[in-house]
Amino acid sequence: MIHLLGPVLLAAALAGTGMYGLLARRNAVLVLIGAELVLNAANVLLVTGGLLPAGGLSAPDAAGGTAAVADPLLPGQVMAIFVVTIAAAEIGLALALVLLLFRRRATSDLGEVRELGETAPTHDDPPGAGVWPDTGAAAETDRPTGPKEEVRS
Amino acid sequence: MSGVELVFTGFALLTWGAAVLAVTSRQVVHAALWLVLALGGLAGVYLALGAQVVALVQILVYVGAIVVLVLFALMLTQAPIGVHRDLDAPLGRRLAALGVGLSVALLIGGTLAVAVGDRQVRPDLAAGAPTPLGTAIFAHWLLPFELLSLLLLAALVAALAVSRGRASDGTDGTDGSEVR
Repeated sequence: MIHLLGPVLLAAALAGTGMYGLLARRNAVLVLIGAELVLNAANVLLVTGGLLPAGGLSAPDAAGGTAAVADPLLPGQVMAIFVVTIAAAEIGLALALVLLLFRRRATSDLGEVRELGETAPTHDDPPGAGVWPDTGAAAETDRPTGPKEEVRS
Repeated sequence: MSGVELVFTGFALLTWGAAVLAVTSRQVVHAALWLVLALGGLAGVYLALGAQVVALVQILVYVGAIVVLVLFALMLTQAPIGVHRDLDAPLGRRLAALGVGLSVALLIGGTLAVAVGDRQVRPDLAAGAPTPLGTAIFAHWLLPFELLSLLLLAALVAALAVSRGRASDGTDGTDGSEVR
Protein backbone atom coordinates (compact mmCIF):
# COMPACT_ATOMS: atom_id res chain seq x y z
CA MET A 1 0.00 0.00 0.00
CA ILE A 2 1.17 3.48 -0.71
CA HIS A 3 -0.12 6.77 0.57
CA LEU A 4 -1.59 8.99 -2.12
CA LEU A 5 -0.09 11.98 -0.37
CA GLY A 6 3.42 11.25 -1.67
CA PRO A 7 2.68 11.35 -5.42
CA VAL A 8 0.40 14.34 -4.94
CA LEU A 9 3.10 16.31 -3.16
CA LEU A 10 5.67 15.29 -5.79
CA ALA A 11 3.36 16.54 -8.54
CA ALA A 12 2.81 19.83 -6.73
CA ALA A 13 6.55 20.32 -6.17
CA LEU A 14 7.33 19.53 -9.80
CA ALA A 15 4.67 21.93 -11.04
CA GLY A 16 6.01 24.69 -8.83
CA THR A 17 9.59 24.03 -9.92
CA GLY A 18 8.59 23.99 -13.56
CA MET A 19 6.67 27.21 -13.15
CA TYR A 20 9.72 28.84 -11.63
CA GLY A 21 11.79 27.64 -14.58
CA LEU A 22 9.24 28.96 -17.03
CA LEU A 23 9.29 32.42 -15.52
CA ALA A 24 12.87 32.85 -14.34
CA ARG A 25 14.79 31.64 -17.37
CA ARG A 26 15.71 33.78 -20.32
CA ASN A 27 17.19 31.23 -22.66
CA ALA A 28 14.33 29.85 -24.76
CA VAL A 29 15.48 26.24 -24.54
CA LEU A 30 15.68 26.44 -20.75
CA VAL A 31 12.16 27.85 -20.63
CA LEU A 32 11.07 24.73 -22.48
CA ILE A 33 12.73 22.61 -19.81
CA GLY A 34 10.44 24.27 -17.27
CA ALA A 35 7.45 23.48 -19.46
CA GLU A 36 8.51 19.85 -19.59
CA LEU A 37 8.58 19.70 -15.81
CA VAL A 38 5.04 21.05 -15.59
CA LEU A 39 3.87 18.44 -18.10
CA ASN A 40 5.53 15.73 -16.07
CA ALA A 41 3.80 16.92 -12.92
CA ALA A 42 0.50 16.41 -14.73
CA ASN A 43 1.66 12.96 -15.74
CA VAL A 44 2.45 11.98 -12.16
CA LEU A 45 -1.05 13.02 -11.18
CA LEU A 46 -2.56 11.01 -14.03
CA VAL A 47 -0.68 7.85 -13.12
CA THR A 48 -1.55 8.35 -9.45
CA GLY A 49 -5.20 8.84 -10.25
CA GLY A 50 -5.09 5.66 -12.30
CA LEU A 51 -4.32 3.75 -9.13
CA LEU A 52 -7.71 4.58 -7.68
CA PRO A 53 -10.52 2.12 -8.29
CA ALA A 54 -13.25 2.93 -10.78
CA GLY A 55 -15.05 5.97 -9.46
CA GLY A 56 -11.94 7.72 -8.26
CA LEU A 57 -11.76 9.28 -4.85
CA SER A 58 -15.49 8.93 -4.29
CA ALA A 59 -15.31 5.16 -4.76
CA PRO A 60 -15.44 3.08 -1.59
CA ASP A 61 -12.06 2.55 -0.02
CA ALA A 62 -10.11 -0.56 -0.85
CA ALA A 63 -10.60 -1.62 2.75
CA GLY A 64 -14.17 -2.31 1.77
CA GLY A 65 -13.00 -5.50 0.13
CA THR A 66 -14.17 -6.51 -3.31
CA ALA A 67 -16.13 -3.30 -3.80
CA ALA A 68 -13.05 -1.71 -5.34
CA VAL A 69 -12.80 -2.72 -8.98
CA ALA A 70 -10.04 -1.43 -11.16
CA ASP A 71 -11.16 0.51 -14.19
CA PRO A 72 -10.49 -1.75 -17.20
CA LEU A 73 -9.96 1.30 -19.39
CA LEU A 74 -6.83 2.23 -17.38
CA PRO A 75 -7.58 5.89 -18.03
CA GLY A 76 -4.74 7.26 -15.94
CA GLN A 77 -1.95 5.35 -17.61
CA VAL A 78 -3.39 5.71 -21.11
CA MET A 79 -3.72 9.44 -20.62
CA ALA A 80 -0.17 9.60 -19.30
CA ILE A 81 1.10 7.97 -22.48
CA PHE A 82 -1.00 10.38 -24.54
CA VAL A 83 0.46 13.32 -22.66
CA VAL A 84 3.98 12.05 -23.34
CA THR A 85 3.11 11.91 -27.03
CA ILE A 86 1.70 15.41 -27.01
CA ALA A 87 4.80 16.62 -25.17
CA ALA A 88 6.96 15.10 -27.90
CA ALA A 89 4.99 16.93 -30.58
CA GLU A 90 5.08 20.14 -28.58
CA ILE A 91 8.80 20.13 -27.94
CA GLY A 92 9.62 19.27 -31.55
CA LEU A 93 7.62 22.20 -32.83
CA ALA A 94 8.82 24.54 -30.09
CA LEU A 95 12.46 23.76 -30.75
CA ALA A 96 11.93 24.36 -34.46
CA LEU A 97 10.56 27.77 -33.53
CA VAL A 98 13.54 28.45 -31.27
CA LEU A 99 15.91 27.56 -34.09
CA LEU A 100 14.01 29.84 -36.44
CA LEU A 101 14.23 32.63 -33.87
CA PHE A 102 17.95 32.08 -33.55
CA ARG A 103 18.43 32.20 -37.28
CA ARG A 104 16.42 35.39 -37.67
CA ARG A 105 17.59 37.28 -34.60
CA ALA A 106 20.86 35.52 -33.74
CA THR A 107 19.75 35.10 -30.17
CA SER A 108 17.77 32.65 -28.12
CA ASP A 109 17.43 35.11 -25.28
CA LEU A 110 13.76 35.78 -24.77
CA GLY A 111 14.54 39.03 -22.98
CA GLU A 112 15.81 40.51 -26.22
CA VAL A 113 12.84 39.53 -28.29
CA ARG A 114 10.30 42.19 -27.50
CA GLU A 115 8.35 42.25 -30.71
CA LEU A 116 7.41 39.48 -33.02
CA GLY A 117 6.23 39.70 -36.57
CA GLU A 118 7.44 41.41 -39.65
CA THR A 119 6.00 44.80 -38.75
CA ALA A 120 8.05 44.99 -35.58
CA PRO A 121 10.61 47.81 -35.72
CA THR A 122 13.44 45.49 -34.79
CA HIS A 123 12.57 42.91 -37.37
CA ASP A 124 15.30 42.64 -39.93
CA ASP A 125 14.59 40.08 -42.53
CA PRO A 126 17.63 39.87 -44.72
CA PRO A 127 17.07 37.92 -47.87
CA GLY A 128 18.16 34.39 -47.51
CA ALA A 129 17.90 34.39 -43.77
CA GLY A 130 15.32 31.71 -43.97
CA VAL A 131 17.54 28.99 -45.31
CA TRP A 132 19.97 26.93 -43.39
CA PRO A 133 23.52 27.45 -44.59
CA ASP A 134 23.85 24.16 -46.41
CA THR A 135 23.51 26.14 -49.59
CA GLY A 136 26.33 28.26 -50.84
CA ALA A 137 24.53 31.54 -50.88
CA ALA A 138 23.26 31.37 -47.35
CA ALA A 139 26.61 30.25 -46.04
CA GLU A 140 27.98 33.73 -46.51
CA THR A 141 25.66 35.11 -43.91
CA ASP A 142 27.71 35.03 -40.78
CA ARG A 143 25.43 33.17 -38.44
CA PRO A 144 27.02 33.79 -35.02
CA THR A 145 27.05 37.54 -35.21
CA GLY A 146 23.81 37.19 -36.94
CA PRO A 147 21.91 38.44 -39.87
CA LYS A 148 20.98 41.42 -37.77
CA GLU A 149 23.61 43.87 -38.92
CA GLU A 150 23.67 42.61 -42.41
CA VAL A 151 21.35 44.19 -44.89
CA ARG A 152 21.82 42.89 -48.37
CA SER A 153 19.03 43.75 -50.66
CA MET B 1 6.43 2.88 5.64
CA SER B 2 6.30 -0.04 3.29
CA GLY B 3 9.03 -1.06 0.88
CA VAL B 4 7.34 0.33 -2.20
CA GLU B 5 6.74 3.58 -0.39
CA LEU B 6 10.42 3.77 0.45
CA VAL B 7 11.35 3.22 -3.20
CA PHE B 8 8.83 5.83 -4.24
CA THR B 9 10.13 8.40 -1.78
CA GLY B 10 13.70 7.85 -2.91
CA PHE B 11 12.86 8.33 -6.56
CA ALA B 12 10.62 11.28 -5.78
CA LEU B 13 13.36 13.10 -3.87
CA LEU B 14 15.84 12.34 -6.65
CA THR B 15 13.40 13.68 -9.22
CA TRP B 16 12.64 16.83 -7.35
CA GLY B 17 16.27 17.59 -6.55
CA ALA B 18 17.28 17.12 -10.15
CA ALA B 19 14.35 19.26 -11.30
CA VAL B 20 15.41 22.09 -9.01
CA LEU B 21 18.94 21.88 -10.35
CA ALA B 22 17.62 21.79 -13.91
CA VAL B 23 15.85 25.11 -13.50
CA THR B 24 18.59 26.83 -11.50
CA SER B 25 21.80 25.58 -13.09
CA ARG B 26 23.94 28.28 -14.60
CA GLN B 27 25.32 26.03 -17.29
CA VAL B 28 22.92 25.22 -20.07
CA VAL B 29 24.25 21.77 -20.84
CA HIS B 30 24.19 20.88 -17.16
CA ALA B 31 20.56 21.98 -17.00
CA ALA B 32 19.71 19.59 -19.83
CA LEU B 33 21.60 16.77 -18.13
CA TRP B 34 19.83 17.42 -14.83
CA LEU B 35 16.62 17.16 -16.80
CA VAL B 36 17.72 13.66 -17.85
CA LEU B 37 18.09 12.71 -14.20
CA ALA B 38 14.72 14.21 -13.27
CA LEU B 39 12.91 12.39 -16.08
CA GLY B 40 14.71 9.15 -15.35
CA GLY B 41 13.77 9.47 -11.69
CA LEU B 42 10.18 9.94 -12.77
CA ALA B 43 10.40 6.64 -14.62
CA GLY B 44 11.34 5.08 -11.28
CA VAL B 45 8.37 6.81 -9.67
CA TYR B 46 6.04 5.34 -12.29
CA LEU B 47 7.55 1.93 -11.70
CA ALA B 48 6.94 2.26 -7.97
CA LEU B 49 3.35 3.21 -8.79
CA GLY B 50 2.98 0.05 -10.86
CA ALA B 51 2.87 1.66 -14.28
CA GLN B 52 5.62 -0.27 -15.99
CA VAL B 53 4.72 0.58 -19.58
CA VAL B 54 4.45 4.26 -18.75
CA ALA B 55 7.89 4.05 -17.14
CA LEU B 56 9.33 2.51 -20.29
CA VAL B 57 7.62 5.09 -22.50
CA GLN B 58 8.99 7.79 -20.23
CA ILE B 59 12.53 6.55 -20.70
CA LEU B 60 12.14 5.94 -24.43
CA VAL B 61 10.41 9.15 -25.40
CA TYR B 62 11.57 11.62 -22.80
CA VAL B 63 15.10 10.59 -21.98
CA GLY B 64 15.74 9.06 -25.39
CA ALA B 65 14.16 11.56 -27.72
CA ILE B 66 13.11 14.79 -26.07
CA VAL B 67 16.29 15.42 -24.13
CA VAL B 68 18.35 14.65 -27.22
CA LEU B 69 16.25 17.21 -29.10
CA VAL B 70 16.86 19.73 -26.33
CA LEU B 71 20.59 19.08 -26.42
CA PHE B 72 20.61 19.46 -30.19
CA ALA B 73 18.76 22.74 -29.89
CA LEU B 74 21.27 23.94 -27.32
CA MET B 75 24.14 23.07 -29.64
CA LEU B 76 22.49 24.58 -32.70
CA THR B 77 21.73 27.84 -30.96
CA GLN B 78 25.36 27.94 -29.86
CA ALA B 79 24.56 27.96 -26.21
CA PRO B 80 27.50 29.10 -24.17
CA ILE B 81 29.52 26.33 -22.59
CA GLY B 82 30.51 27.01 -19.03
CA VAL B 83 29.07 29.20 -16.34
CA HIS B 84 26.88 31.87 -17.79
CA ARG B 85 25.16 34.60 -15.87
CA ASP B 86 22.71 35.70 -18.50
CA LEU B 87 20.57 32.59 -18.43
CA ASP B 88 18.33 33.89 -15.70
CA ALA B 89 16.16 36.94 -15.54
CA PRO B 90 17.20 39.74 -13.16
CA LEU B 91 16.83 39.16 -9.45
CA GLY B 92 13.50 40.91 -9.12
CA ARG B 93 11.86 38.74 -11.71
CA ARG B 94 13.50 35.66 -10.26
CA LEU B 95 11.98 36.44 -6.89
CA ALA B 96 8.60 36.99 -8.51
CA ALA B 97 9.00 33.67 -10.31
CA LEU B 98 9.87 32.02 -7.02
CA GLY B 99 6.71 33.45 -5.49
CA VAL B 100 4.58 32.21 -8.37
CA GLY B 101 6.20 28.78 -8.26
CA LEU B 102 5.66 28.49 -4.53
CA SER B 103 2.04 29.59 -4.87
CA VAL B 104 1.40 27.06 -7.62
CA ALA B 105 2.97 24.29 -5.58
CA LEU B 106 1.07 25.25 -2.45
CA LEU B 107 -2.21 25.60 -4.30
CA ILE B 108 -1.99 22.26 -6.10
CA GLY B 109 -0.41 20.46 -3.17
CA GLY B 110 -2.81 21.88 -0.59
CA THR B 111 -5.93 21.22 -2.60
CA LEU B 112 -4.98 17.70 -3.54
CA ALA B 113 -3.62 16.84 -0.09
CA VAL B 114 -6.97 17.79 1.40
CA ALA B 115 -8.75 15.86 -1.34
CA VAL B 116 -6.87 12.60 -0.93
CA GLY B 117 -6.62 12.73 2.85
CA ASP B 118 -4.82 9.67 4.14
CA ARG B 119 -6.13 7.43 1.42
CA GLN B 120 -3.94 4.50 0.50
CA VAL B 121 -3.86 2.58 -2.74
CA ARG B 122 -2.22 -0.63 -3.80
CA PRO B 123 0.05 -0.26 -6.82
CA ASP B 124 -0.78 -3.09 -9.19
CA LEU B 125 2.05 -4.08 -11.49
CA ALA B 126 -0.27 -6.38 -13.41
CA ALA B 127 -2.57 -3.53 -14.36
CA GLY B 128 0.29 -1.59 -15.90
CA ALA B 129 1.60 -4.55 -17.89
CA PRO B 130 1.67 -4.32 -21.68
CA THR B 131 -1.29 -6.64 -22.29
CA PRO B 132 -4.02 -4.80 -20.37
CA LEU B 133 -2.65 -1.44 -21.41
CA GLY B 134 -2.51 -2.43 -25.07
CA THR B 135 -6.02 -3.80 -24.86
CA ALA B 136 -7.21 -0.59 -23.27
CA ILE B 137 -5.55 1.61 -25.88
CA PHE B 138 -6.47 -0.34 -28.97
CA ALA B 139 -9.91 -1.44 -27.88
CA HIS B 140 -11.24 1.56 -26.02
CA TRP B 141 -9.02 4.51 -26.78
CA LEU B 142 -8.53 3.92 -30.47
CA LEU B 143 -10.00 7.19 -31.73
CA PRO B 144 -7.90 9.44 -29.44
CA PHE B 145 -4.90 7.32 -30.34
CA GLU B 146 -5.44 7.88 -34.05
CA LEU B 147 -6.06 11.56 -33.47
CA LEU B 148 -2.73 11.69 -31.67
CA SER B 149 -1.00 10.22 -34.68
CA LEU B 150 -2.57 12.98 -36.75
CA LEU B 151 -1.28 15.51 -34.23
CA LEU B 152 2.21 14.07 -34.46
CA LEU B 153 2.07 14.21 -38.24
CA ALA B 154 0.90 17.80 -38.16
CA ALA B 155 3.66 18.72 -35.72
CA LEU B 156 6.24 17.00 -37.91
CA VAL B 157 5.09 18.80 -41.03
CA ALA B 158 4.89 22.10 -39.17
CA ALA B 159 8.38 21.70 -37.74
CA LEU B 160 9.71 20.97 -41.22
CA ALA B 161 7.87 23.93 -42.71
CA VAL B 162 9.04 26.27 -39.98
CA SER B 163 12.65 25.21 -40.07
CA ARG B 164 12.86 25.28 -43.83
CA GLY B 165 11.91 28.89 -43.80
CA ARG B 166 10.06 30.78 -46.40
CA ALA B 167 10.77 29.47 -49.87
CA SER B 168 12.12 32.57 -51.51
CA ASP B 169 10.78 32.09 -54.98
CA GLY B 170 8.20 29.45 -54.55
CA THR B 171 10.61 26.65 -55.38
CA ASP B 172 12.38 24.51 -52.83
CA GLY B 173 14.13 27.48 -51.31
CA THR B 174 17.61 26.35 -52.20
CA ASP B 175 18.51 29.71 -53.63
CA GLY B 176 18.97 31.69 -50.48
CA SER B 177 20.14 34.89 -52.10
CA GLU B 178 16.88 35.43 -53.89
CA VAL B 179 15.18 38.61 -52.82
CA ARG B 180 11.68 37.68 -51.86
